[in-house]
Amino acid sequence: MNAVSQQGTRLRFRYAEVGKVRFISHRDLARLMERAFRQIGLPLAYSEGYRPRPRLSFGLALPTAASSDAEYVDVSVATTVDVDPLIDDLPHRLSAALPDGISVTAVAVLEPGAVSLQQVIASCTWRIELLDVAVDDAADRVQRIVAAPTLPLERERKGKLTTSDVRPAILDLELVGPTRNGVELEAHLATKPTSLRPAELVRLVGEGIGIGQVHRTHQWMIIDDIRSEPLAEASTCPPDASTRPTYELAS
Amino acid sequence: MTTVWPDLEPLLPSVQKPARYIGCEDGAAAKPPDPSLVSWLMTYPDTYEIGLPNQGLQILYEIANELDDARADRAYAPWTDLEAEMRAKGLPLFSVEHHTPADEFDILAFNLSAELTYTNLLNCVDLARVPVRVADRRPTDPLVIAGGHCTYNPEPLADFLDAVVLGDGEEVIAEITRVVREWKASGGEHGRDRDRTEVHLALAALEGVYVPALYDAEYDGPRLIATRPNRPGVPEVVEKRTVADLGDWPYPKNQLVPLTEVVHDRLSVEVFRGCTRGCRFCQAGMITRPVRERPADQVRSMVAKGLARSGYDEVSLTSLSTADFSGIDGVVKGITDDAAQTGCGPVTVALPSLRVDAFGVKLATQLNQARRAGLTFAPEAGTWRMRQIINKLIREEDLYEAVDAAYEAGWQRVKLYFLTGLPSETDLDTLGIAELAKNCVDLGKSKGKRSSVTVSVGGFVPKPFTPFQWFGQNTSDELQRKINLLRDDTRKSKGVQLKWHDPKATLAEGINSRGDRRIGRVIERVWRAGGTFQEWTEHFDLDRWTDAMAAEGLDIDWYVHRHRAEDEVLPWDHLSAGLHKDFLWQDWMDALDEVGLPDCRWTPCYDCGACTGYGIEHRVASATPPAGGSQGTAQDLGTGGAVPVQLLGTRPSTTEASA
Ligand code: SF4
Repeated sequence: MNAVSQQGTRLRFRYAEVGKVRFISHRDLARLMERAFRQIGLPLAYSEGYRPRPRLSFGLALPTAASSDAEYVDVSVATTVDVDPLIDDLPHRLSAALPDGISVTAVAVLEPGAVSLQQVIASCTWRIELLDVAVDDAADRVQRIVAAPTLPLERERKGKLTTSDVRPAILDLELVGPTRNGVELEAHLATKPTSLRPAELVRLVGEGIGIGQVHRTHQWMIIDDIRSEPLAEASTCPPDASTRPTYELAS
Repeated sequence: MTTVWPDLEPLLPSVQKPARYIGCEDGAAAKPPDPSLVSWLMTYPDTYEIGLPNQGLQILYEIANELDDARADRAYAPWTDLEAEMRAKGLPLFSVEHHTPADEFDILAFNLSAELTYTNLLNCVDLARVPVRVADRRPTDPLVIAGGHCTYNPEPLADFLDAVVLGDGEEVIAEITRVVREWKASGGEHGRDRDRTEVHLALAALEGVYVPALYDAEYDGPRLIATRPNRPGVPEVVEKRTVADLGDWPYPKNQLVPLTEVVHDRLSVEVFRGCTRGCRFCQAGMITRPVRERPADQVRSMVAKGLARSGYDEVSLTSLSTADFSGIDGVVKGITDDAAQTGCGPVTVALPSLRVDAFGVKLATQLNQARRAGLTFAPEAGTWRMRQIINKLIREEDLYEAVDAAYEAGWQRVKLYFLTGLPSETDLDTLGIAELAKNCVDLGKSKGKRSSVTVSVGGFVPKPFTPFQWFGQNTSDELQRKINLLRDDTRKSKGVQLKWHDPKATLAEGINSRGDRRIGRVIERVWRAGGTFQEWTEHFDLDRWTDAMAAEGLDIDWYVHRHRAEDEVLPWDHLSAGLHKDFLWQDWMDALDEVGLPDCRWTPCYDCGACTGYGIEHRVASATPPAGGSQGTAQDLGTGGAVPVQLLGTRPSTTEASA
């Protein structure tokens, strides 16, 4: 078994998760990914211990029932594997091993020492559908939120009820327009230092407003005030080897 | 063809575990709805997590989808939160593949593995918008049929099932499909003039298919006199189906890989069907005789292909007693070698039940099993006398040897399974359970290990087609008293943890297990009173059952606690699992005489009927028994197991004083 310290190349995958499959939990997704890597026969580095597990680390967990265009997972392949000749085919092969609705859209080799997704993601952009609310009413409510200097929100954290000002977590909020069942918002929400989840935002918009489709369009990292994605979607997949995006993370 | 998906989708974000309802599994059949095909809805009457891994349903699902004239989808009982929403919105039970309403299928086929799912069967049929009683069904309603171990006494469900399949379903599924196809073609364009009796008669002509509506049960007061065909041409006795060679049926070829966690989330490969150890309490062992082993090379290739296809890193080799598989050594080595070649991490091989001896543990050690999870053994009874009565001929030494080997190999947790409420059980026999457990803990202590032993005790429910079918089940008070005895006796023993099955649930199982047709009204009452998901503690309420029995004027003592006489007509006498009734009676008498019976696989045949009646025989993968033979055959049955002297010495004096 390869110990963690001897892990080989680290790869970052980007994938989309849409359709029926969005009803699985984050835990389910992790198990699916593990199985998919075994299905395509790409040996991963394993943790140590009685029950060794492959090392997979994800971006921010996607809430059950939300869909996304911008999900990420980092994996370490076993030291025995030379990824170069394989890498171009990986998105395609992995997609084929994953259920309908999950498609791998890009892959890149990570530089040694690259910071983990969990540490580097600072915000997400969401499309959120509000149900049974008129466009004018929704526009007013959004306006009030954007104009508010502070927005105290009571929520449960580690089993305790706490109130915090979540206004700083709302980086951007706009009404996109009507949908068949309500209206759609686009929200850019921070995940640190203060975080705000889509369902919490909807509570702020108005208690009792129903949530329809929730879709994550981006996860962002912010380095030196510059916002960028952990890995851009490849315009054509697989990319040509010479133009393969190799992501370098400042850390 | 319609789909409920657009109406279902908005409900899913607010229910528990919505992934139960989306399908999308690897291995799911893609055969789209097509009215020219006979459509099966393979339904498990409990949650997705419990139902999905059911191998019987998966095998038939795959076979049906391979037939030219059939297709199959699957359905599971929606959990109570979704059911409430579905009923409020008028949504029917649906298939997980295409979200097709259940009443658009030709056949609703249920797997019945546990008596306490019976009320869920009624609920599923009702949610499918199909009348629960056969007598109320219209010509165009689906046929409701069932298979699985519980159908060896289908009488409690006789009013609700159009047909029942006894035994292996692999062959009969094509025959049923043909009958239903022909019936579908009759009765005009929309089938409105179809005659259900016509299809009932055609089904009853198939071997292994029982059509309850074509039989009448006659009573004399509470006593059943006979269950006889009410039409000419219907067989007096329905015989079970038996697949002669498991090697002809390498199914499932594409085991379903669920997207969400289920109870057995791993690859399963059935290594043999049937069991000849002859444990007298065990219905599964009796009704699935004879032993039919899968060829060893087929096992190996099914494992290798299955792991590669599914991406699982764990495989379970299933059967009633896998260590008895004659090819086990080679198979285990083959699997480990194949797995090492892929380089994708270690593969765990799980055995659902371990043999109680050092050989079993050696096997577990080879199999790379997680030490954390602990090892499970099933001695079933606490004393040698009792184990002779139940014909589970494990000596005390065997158990200690096994436990000792487990500690040596690094396990610290041992789980022991026992039954209580067995025939002629005394308090000494019951307390023998605690004694064994304490000795196992002490054995660990003597090795300087912090060992823990979990004792799981279940109340015994006598089952049809076993030698114990004549035995009166213990009352739930008596079972509780025995559990309390054990609880008091183990309270002070650190390291022994006692768990037990609720005796009240055991009573409800008893009502159904040997019930006759009159119990059907009880099941219907329990269901109408809201008694679904009776396997789930949070939904089980014995009062519903006792109230329903009282309302129907049926006596629980008569149904559950009464010993039956040799000449009594049993509700399943018109059905046959191949076993001669006089063989079973003789075995019952032997049990009461505390006489054990060796495994007929390696010793001469007793002519129980399972082979002799059908002109088939045991099929084994290897001509020689596995190391140590089949446990219980190679030993002197006259001797009990004395506790090894060396072991007695290790027991702390306090325990001895209190014992
Ligand atoms: S017929 Fe004979 S060999 Fe076959 S299962 Fe019965 S006792 Fe065993």
